[in-house]
Amino acid sequence: MIEAPARLQLEGISKRYPGVLANDRVSLRVAPGEIHGLIGENGAGKSTLMKIVYGAARPDSGEIRWNGERVQIASPAQARRLGIGMVFQHFSLFDTLTVSENVALALPGHTDRTRLAIDIRAMGDRYGLPVDPEQHVYSLSVGERQRVEIIRCLLQQPSLLIMDEPTSVLTPQAVEKLFATLHRLSEEGVAILYISHKLEEVRTLCSRATVMRGGRVTGDCDPRAETVASLSRMMIGAEPPRATGTTRTAGDELLVVEGLDMPPLEPTGKTLRTISLSVRQGEIVGIAGVSGNGQNELLALISGEDPRAPTNSIRIGATGIGALPVTARRKLGLAFVPEERLGRGAVPAMGLDLNTLLTNDSGLTRHGLISTAATTRLAQNIIERFAVKAAGTAAPAKSLSGGNLQKFTVGREIVKDPRVFVVSQPTWGVDVGAASQIRQGIVALRDAGTAVLVVSEELEELFEICDALYVIANGRLSERIPVREATVERIGELMGGTRNTGDTLAAA
Amino acid sequence: MEQLAPLIAATLSAGTPLLLAGIGLVVNERSGVVNLGAEGMMLIAAVAGFAVGFATGSPAAGLIAGAVAGMLFSLIFSALAIGLVTNQYATGLALTLFGAGLSAFAGLSYVGKSVPFKTTFEIPLLADIPFFGAAFFKLHPMVYFALLLTAVVAWMLARTRLGLVIRAVGESPESAHAIGYSVRAIRVGAVAFGGACCGLAGVYLSLIYTPLWVEGMVAGRGWIALALTTFATWRPWRVALGAYLFGSVTMIQFALQAEGIEIASQLLSMMPYIATIVVLALISRNPAFIRLNMPASLGKPFHP
Repeated sequence: MIEAPARLQLEGISKRYPGVLANDRVSLRVAPGEIHGLIGENGAGKSTLMKIVYGAARPDSGEIRWNGERVQIASPAQARRLGIGMVFQHFSLFDTLTVSENVALALPGHTDRTRLAIDIRAMGDRYGLPVDPEQHVYSLSVGERQRVEIIRCLLQQPSLLIMDEPTSVLTPQAVEKLFATLHRLSEEGVAILYISHKLEEVRTLCSRATVMRGGRVTGDCDPRAETVASLSRMMIGAEPPRATGTTRTAGDELLVVEGLDMPPLEPTGKTLRTISLSVRQGEIVGIAGVSGNGQNELLALISGEDPRAPTNSIRIGATGIGALPVTARRKLGLAFVPEERLGRGAVPAMGLDLNTLLTNDSGLTRHGLISTAATTRLAQNIIERFAVKAAGTAAPAKSLSGGNLQKFTVGREIVKDPRVFVVSQPTWGVDVGAASQIRQGIVALRDAGTAVLVVSEELEELFEICDALYVIANGRLSERIPVREATVERIGELMGGTRNTGDTLAAA
Repeated sequence: MEQLAPLIAATLSAGTPLLLAGIGLVVNERSGVVNLGAEGMMLIAAVAGFAVGFATGSPAAGLIAGAVAGMLFSLIFSALAIGLVTNQYATGLALTLFGAGLSAFAGLSYVGKSVPFKTTFEIPLLADIPFFGAAFFKLHPMVYFALLLTAVVAWMLARTRLGLVIRAVGESPESAHAIGYSVRAIRVGAVAFGGACCGLAGVYLSLIYTPLWVEGMVAGRGWIALALTTFATWRPWRVALGAYLFGSVTMIQFALQAEGIEIASQLLSMMPYIATIVVLALISRNPAFIRLNMPASLGKPFHP
């Protein structure tokens, strides 16, 4: 079968960082027009391998062949000249620049902004990725930022496209569109290296897959011929446990939002229109929707970051909290985990022990002095209970991988036994193992009687753990839908709402 | 009215060194680098430019020498703060102290000397217009050059690819590196431009504005230019506004002192600083506007 040289061939790539062998003699081959899956847990070495391919890191040994020729990829610029494009999981966008300026930066010689704006819209229409070229990136949601990343990459007309967890923030319909796009690109001869932890997705999309574990290749297979269970065994050595709880009857309404109308704080935010929802004791309620449809605005009002709501429009039990500050809400038993774990959920440069202290003050301070022993004990407790991989309780938050930090920030709230638990994107960019641990933690909390509100873009996750769902689209919330009666198609249609047709963009 | 025309002319002359330095520092800081060495670079350029002007008798040679001296001096900063990733604030402070000492030493033999060329100019015809001629058209060419430079830099930052790249590097050097830009090279270039502009500002003082060399003659203008840059939210035209505002209040308080107004001269000398900061803080208080214009990685070291 091997007549033409591979688009990209890695042979025996090894890379050692102090204390860890991130890649151990990794070999991988991607043919032109092939959609090649790369799967593995966080810390399996996928990111390091991609950094090497993209020129952001140098391998200690091994060789890279590009179209059959041996190359040294010394820098991202060189990688792009070869024709390697990458869509990053942690976006490499510039917040204060507009979408078209961000795109222009990555396209050498493309300076006509009007022309570029047209190209961006055209690319967005073609691949179902609507964005407004004139908007500033800082006002965009995670999902919208990802669209910008993808469009920016496609406009460079790469011959190898690396995608790092691209579907985590898309509606099911948008995922289908993206897959159609990827198939079209692959028919045009573009090789695609697709990094994902969603095994089902890899099975539908990829014709070849490399599985990594602990820096090594543990499997090279045709994923269509495998099952999720067999792929999972190659990846983590076991099947992922599913989060299941006991059947229970929900209690009284604990978190209630009633008839909430609110213009956004940011000029580019979404206006919320008559939002009503309720979460009862001992149930998990999900809010589905593509990001940028008002989730952040609603969460800020519930968490207290934005205390402009009328007092009684948001209630915990019988207490109106709409105008209370964050700490007062926390004292009433509200715990909140924001979408951005680094920077908002945790202070990057501080140790885990001090980060524990940020949202948890009971018994950790005395007369304003920090009780080091108590904080360390609590941090240690969270680390053990949620199997957080960290170099001790003093390890800075930024030194943890995304999944581990997420386990920590979610765990930090769970150990407080809150009455109401609100969490945004609990498993965004987190591998299967960590995601299922986080979900189990949430389910256990529900079983203990907490009212849980989960905002997520991952439908599969919402269907797995929720008792009821709402869908948010364009600042409006749907009716409450019991999960038993919900179908992916119906929820997907509600998610699409008016937004995905692009009319809001045409008006902008 | 007749008194007003020379006051306007004096304002524009007094604002020019602040504007020159401020514009350079805007580019410098938009790339994410704070160079507190502005004062030192201005001093070095003032003495170097004076020396060359004195020796050659050519003001143009003096100005060019000043710009080159400022730029070369900024390379010391770049080598340390960008090359060796030392702390930008400490390095800049060291540069200012070093510049003050070195310029005093190098300038010893020039103290009390004067340059042998004229410092008065006028634009033919336009200078004869009543009032406007005296106010706007009898100024040194460097005054007009400073305005031209402001326009060019404002356009460059907003409209050109180079400007976009500089802003991108100041916003997120990691992202700029990831998509393939050489963060260090761009930053060294921006700092060199800042150095050259500060150099021009310094030599403008010693060759045109005063014109003679006195130890420490920059008299804090480097610091004011740094403050202007921040209070003007890194927008070139706002820097110009601040520079001329500072110049005008300086001139007004001189006029008041000359009139013998019964206010302590120390209080009057504070006025330019207070007025400039209050006005710029007022026009730049919109948080979204600051968010959009402030280089997010300002002063943070970048390890490639």
